[in-house]
Amino acid sequence: MTFAPTRRHAAALLGGLAAVPLIRGASFAERYIDVRGGGDFKPVNVAVAPFGGDSGASMSTIIVNNFKRSVFLNPVEAGDLGGNPDAAPNLAAARAVNAQFVVTGRSGRGEGRMKTEFRLWDVGSGAQAAGQQYVTDPNNARRVAHIVSDAIFSKITGEKGFFDTRVAFVDESGPRENRRKRLSIMDLDGASLRHLTRGDDLVVTPRFSPNSQELTYMAFGSEDPRVFLLNIDTGQREVVGNFPGMTFSPRFSPDGQRVVMSLSQAGAANLYSMDLRTRATTRLTDSGAIDTSPSYSPDGSKIAFESDRGGTQQIYVMGAGGGGANRISFGQGRYSTPVWSPKGDYIAFTRQGSGGFAIGVMKPDGSGERILAEGFHNEGPSWAPNGLFVMFFRNGGGGPKLFMVDIFGRGEFPVTTPGFASDPSWSPLLG
Amino acid sequence: MNISMHQLKLAGVIAVAVALGACSKNPTDLDGLNGSGAGRSGVGGVGAAGAASPGSTQDFVVNVGDRIFFDSDSSEINGSGQATLDKQARWLNQYASYAFTVEGHADERGTREYNFALGARRAEATKNYLISRGVSAARIKTISYGKERPVAVCDDISCWSQNRRAVTVLKPGA
Repeated sequence: MTFAPTRRHAAALLGGLAAVPLIRGASFAERYIDVRGGGDFKPVNVAVAPFGGDSGASMSTIIVNNFKRSVFLNPVEAGDLGGNPDAAPNLAAARAVNAQFVVTGRSGRGEGRMKTEFRLWDVGSGAQAAGQQYVTDPNNARRVAHIVSDAIFSKITGEKGFFDTRVAFVDESGPRENRRKRLSIMDLDGASLRHLTRGDDLVVTPRFSPNSQELTYMAFGSEDPRVFLLNIDTGQREVVGNFPGMTFSPRFSPDGQRVVMSLSQAGAANLYSMDLRTRATTRLTDSGAIDTSPSYSPDGSKIAFESDRGGTQQIYVMGAGGGGANRISFGQGRYSTPVWSPKGDYIAFTRQGSGGFAIGVMKPDGSGERILAEGFHNEGPSWAPNGLFVMFFRNGGGGPKLFMVDIFGRGEFPVTTPGFASDPSWSPLLG
Repeated sequence: MNISMHQLKLAGVIAVAVALGACSKNPTDLDGLNGSGAGRSGVGGVGAAGAASPGSTQDFVVNVGDRIFFDSDSSEINGSGQATLDKQARWLNQYASYAFTVEGHADERGTREYNFALGARRAEATKNYLISRGVSAARIKTISYGKERPVAVCDDISCWSQNRRAVTVLKPGA
């Protein structure tokens, strides 16, 4: 197997990227580190040789920087690994720094196109474990570096990558009592920043559609605050539904056909879903309580949400069509903002207790709770597409900033934003 | 109304705030009592107290009190809130041409989406209380700002308690 099916999508997005496997018969299913085994793992040492070609240096630098934030891979510096990506690298140099893998490659321009290739070498066997060649527009150099990073991460962990992704978030500026909030979008590494709204209206809680082309979010305007849909490329904006009151807390269904959200009426907040094609709405809860922060299971069959129907905010799970809900959070404190992992194995949450606001994960039946980040105020987890990391915002030092942490709490990293930032939404893999 | 009376009333508002644990850092700092809860400018304020003519929006803000405060994670209107709303209702019934919006707010110690709902619940409770005191429902709109528009921005209880509020904002020019 090769990565060809994934790359075909990348070709569409990148406008003519051609991907050619440089290896035959490599097994995609192999994994060199078991990320399912718990947090007691040793990161895999990877030595990235400086890429050849006129774009090579920046390419390999981006890849190394990605791996520094990968938790599961550990980039190590080695001596001369040999500069020829067509030949096996200098394995002795790799072994000298305990590298388990070596990455070689080159990237250069010719006739207006940029050609990038990499090979991944297993130091133990000396064999090539993966390899790929990409031809694209030079403007897409950073994305190619992320795609290569993902291919290597995937090969070694047996899991999907997460580098070729974007983050939608709320850019915050101005005084705390009257914050200017702008809907913004950037690559995971902070590049390609765009502000999607001007900051005239208060905007919060953007969420990506499954195809990454749209955002749903809540905005204030002259009328009641409402849920909107925004096409990221065209800028076209529309109200979702015609509800008699404030709508908020919108999320897409996994097939992208529905938006589930809260409607505030007479002091209660209930969940509704709307079919984006037929515009038909379905009422999902009727508790007289605050039911909000819904999240579909990845198969679309269930919805996790928070409700204070029992007295305090707790997490419940019900069928996607509504009906009876079962409480799943029973630890200390108030539980909110459940988000189902794309893999379905965990639900991430915000937990409020005496120690502040923590980010954690639990299994969908409520067992196996694990706190990943604690402090005065952490809030609003969003999953990486591979289900191995969550991003969240942390208030402190005058305003919120974005952070990411792996599901074992082994590594936490700041996510670069231009200023204060909140409400992150991590896109699916773009490829 | 004369100026000394305004000051007396303001002192009363402060005293209530202290009793609720809602003391501001500096008791003479009345910024938190100025203007709309959503940070709009130009509505009343202490500086305008001397110019507050009866029936004006300044009169309402300064002499009646435009806001009530809530306990943490609660939308129950306590005794002090009821006293303020009773005064609001009398004033609103006297000056019946005003339409107004009740803004519900929450402090920052809650998650964003829950706080929108909590602010809505506070606005609704305030609206219902005013209706129970004879104010026409047709005059009242509600909106929730959740934790988006704090009036006090320190990171301790003195600020949080000022932010858990419902503010009655008159439509100017009525």
